[in-house]
Amino acid sequence: MSWTFLLRRLLLAIPTLFGVAVIVFVLLRVVPGDPIAMLIGPGATEADIAELRRLYGLDESIALQFVYYLRDLAGGDFGTSISMRQDVMELVLGRLPVTIELCLVAMLVAVGLGGAMALAGAYWRGRSGEAAVDGAAGFILAIPDFLWALLFILFVVVFALDGLPISGRIGHDVAFRGATGFLLVESLLRLRLDAFGSVLLHTILPALALALPLAAIVARVLKTSINEAMTQDYILMARVKGFSRARIVGREALRNALVPTVTLTGVQFTFLVGGTVLVEKIFSYPGIGNMAIDAVINRDLPLIQGLVLTFAVLFIAVNLLVDVSYALLNPRMRHG
Amino acid sequence: MAEAAAVTGAASPTGGTARRLLANPRVVLGGAVLVFFALAALFAPLIAPHDPVEQDLLLQYVPPAWSDKAEAGYLFGTDNLGRDILSRLIYGARVALFVAVAAAAAAGLLGTALGLLAGYLGGWVDTVISRLVEIWMAFPAVLLSIVLVAVMGTGLHSVIIAIAVIDWTRFCRVVRAETMAQKQQDYVASAVTVGLGRMRILWREILPNVLPLLIVLFTLEMGIAVIVEAILSYVNLSLASDFPTWGGMISDGRKYVNQAPWLMILPILCVIALVLALNALGDGLKDALDPVMRR
Amino acid sequence: MTATPPAVGPTLSVRDLHLAIAGRRRDTPILRGVSLDIAPGEVHGLVGESGAGKTMIGKAVLGIQPSRARIAAGSVLFDGRDITHLPERERRRLMGRGMGLIPQDPMTSLNPAHRIGAQIADVLRLHLGLDRAAAGARTLELLNEVHIRAPERVVRQYPHELSGGMRQRVSIAIAFACRPKLIVADEPTTALDVTVQRQVLALIKRMQAQEDASILFVTHDLGVVAKICDRVTVLHGGRVLETGATRRIVEAPGHDYTRALIAATPRHDRPGGLLRPVPEALTARLDAEALAYDAARGSHG
Repeated sequence: MSWTFLLRRLLLAIPTLFGVAVIVFVLLRVVPGDPIAMLIGPGATEADIAELRRLYGLDESIALQFVYYLRDLAGGDFGTSISMRQDVMELVLGRLPVTIELCLVAMLVAVGLGGAMALAGAYWRGRSGEAAVDGAAGFILAIPDFLWALLFILFVVVFALDGLPISGRIGHDVAFRGATGFLLVESLLRLRLDAFGSVLLHTILPALALALPLAAIVARVLKTSINEAMTQDYILMARVKGFSRARIVGREALRNALVPTVTLTGVQFTFLVGGTVLVEKIFSYPGIGNMAIDAVINRDLPLIQGLVLTFAVLFIAVNLLVDVSYALLNPRMRHG
Repeated sequence: MAEAAAVTGAASPTGGTARRLLANPRVVLGGAVLVFFALAALFAPLIAPHDPVEQDLLLQYVPPAWSDKAEAGYLFGTDNLGRDILSRLIYGARVALFVAVAAAAAAGLLGTALGLLAGYLGGWVDTVISRLVEIWMAFPAVLLSIVLVAVMGTGLHSVIIAIAVIDWTRFCRVVRAETMAQKQQDYVASAVTVGLGRMRILWREILPNVLPLLIVLFTLEMGIAVIVEAILSYVNLSLASDFPTWGGMISDGRKYVNQAPWLMILPILCVIALVLALNALGDGLKDALDPVMRR
Repeated sequence: MTATPPAVGPTLSVRDLHLAIAGRRRDTPILRGVSLDIAPGEVHGLVGESGAGKTMIGKAVLGIQPSRARIAAGSVLFDGRDITHLPERERRRLMGRGMGLIPQDPMTSLNPAHRIGAQIADVLRLHLGLDRAAAGARTLELLNEVHIRAPERVVRQYPHELSGGMRQRVSIAIAFACRPKLIVADEPTTALDVTVQRQVLALIKRMQAQEDASILFVTHDLGVVAKICDRVTVLHGGRVLETGATRRIVEAPGHDYTRALIAATPRHDRPGGLLRPVPEALTARLDAEALAYDAARGSHG
């Protein structure tokens, strides 16, 4: 894959990021309602309010505020959180690895589960197996991720599955403090299998809730693409070669179905990232999604702003990841 | 409700459409469930057995009727404050459906207007609007809606505005593409040669042809709005928490899930049933109206 | 060019094959009692216009006819063994070492997602049980045999990086890889440029002679048949009109339709010669005969 391709993608992300920054600014400053009113408690005096306005630069003109805002963003300065009294950047970076790991696990689950469903459906083409896969995908897709999360919790409670934790990220009895936030990776590298197991167990249900809708979409699109590939001449050649149906579906057709599948499901991966906001809240999972809801409830303006921008960057990163995998999977693009 | 009016409105030009709609099982089934919820919402004061906000601390956590510890008169039991769950579900349908219709209409108006303009005028207008849509898509929708409501203050109007502000892009993208396709058709060319003005052509010639598509989008958007409203009331941003909303009931249920799991089951089932019905109706309408759209 | 009378039984024997495509209301007959024999080492041309059913015979022999195609009667014997309704598993064992295919369109017949080397080596590994290294070495040999330059580079390339002629050479290498007794060549030169056609034809002939394989050569082009085939079967409307040694068919055709086909074929010895299309009256007569055949068969049950 060519580097110019990657570079072009990165450059294209810049105007989008700028647009996102502008909209965040507009939403949080220009929308009716004084942002200071969001910050202060009921007992604040006029002097307190004036002091706060000066502190956050809100006594300047909107245009000037915008310039300061962009300058701060460019310098990586997201301001100070009001509720936590800490640098927003530090706070966000502290929690970001949690969400990244959760998303990656969820994406793996989605691709694995959706892929397995698609392969099963294509293998049993035109028989009850395919109908079962179609039905399952339709049912899964009809229920959004946050309802799946709640249904899982109900399931665990009603059937008293005490082994499956429904809140937090690591067991209280596990003494493991990572040097980084990437507990899964770090515990594995340091061979702390107890910690790895605990984090994994805590991650299963939120990751599954996030993964299910994407898995259903991957299953549908991939199955259609495989079926389409199965009508091609090279499949006839594969049959003449004497390959088994499993091998033809899983090797000859699957490889060719991947590129259209990535094209058609790419956007859905960003939806998975967006889903962390609520799913993390429901499972008390300490990532940036959970933090975002707390920030909104605490009316912590700088933190909200930092988190929205962080999510936008995550979205763009996921899109980039999709583009890269697209290029890697497509033989025509590998040797440009 | 608005659904039925819209469907018959589309059906009137061609008599066959109504029959085709009734022959589609997804339309019938989805429509039936929707009507069921709509009736419950409309006649809530008449059919709810109790006041939905009335607390009775002597009757906390009464389990549903099928349990042996049930109380007479409380079919689905009571919640942590002794409020009747059935009555709260019925009133919750009011909020859910009101938000669904209003938010889908608002998002539809905004998105359709911009989509028509972008698709018909093209040029820099199209460039600006398309670019805006792209940027919009780079936002996490759920987080954005939560932030918007937090900025505007809680309340139904904020929820509706937030959904419209976020989801107008769904309408805009589809309507823009459809308008561009319609623009190539002969009837638009003949309208231009007759000397009709641009806005008149948009309003009188193109909009009616995009309408079947809009009905489908509107139905699907109602489903999304139901989910978003549930999300917002789940995080306590929709209505005051004692007012019955399905999301709020789910949120209470999550807190007391260990004592009373039934608090959560029923509102979740309501959301799922209504969303499934709206999706089925939308997909069924898409199939049934498709020949009309191609004409 | 004359075929020596077979000392052993035929490699392929198609006996009274009837095949129909299942439709919603009724079946459409494609093959109406086709019979033909191919001796070991024989190149047997199967000639006819499009729609004659010649490609379907090739597919039925290989067992890759479309799922809606039904073999209503008759049989296909390979080496004296009935393979008409062979179970999937046994059919697979027959492929590769028993039979191979040179496809019509090399642009779509190689898998675009796999490297050339892998597409040849995987047959070798499956049917001959070679390990990775041995299969790799044999792949290079095969590419050399089909005259592909720089095979070390080509094995690492993808189909889209190769020209049509190169791809067809790769297809030929795959077809001959496991030394099959029978190869079905389905219009193997139709999709190629004229200059490339001649080279590919020569290559097929040379590989066939070297491996002493039988070939069922499906084509619409009598000129190609004259160059490469020992015997010819002329097909129309799913029926065999005549069969015989190539020289006899070309010089003294026994059927009006064969004569018409010859008249419609461009000849290299008479480049300016007049070409006459097959007369419509003749086609109409043959179609009527086919329908009468169906009716007669239908009345028998």
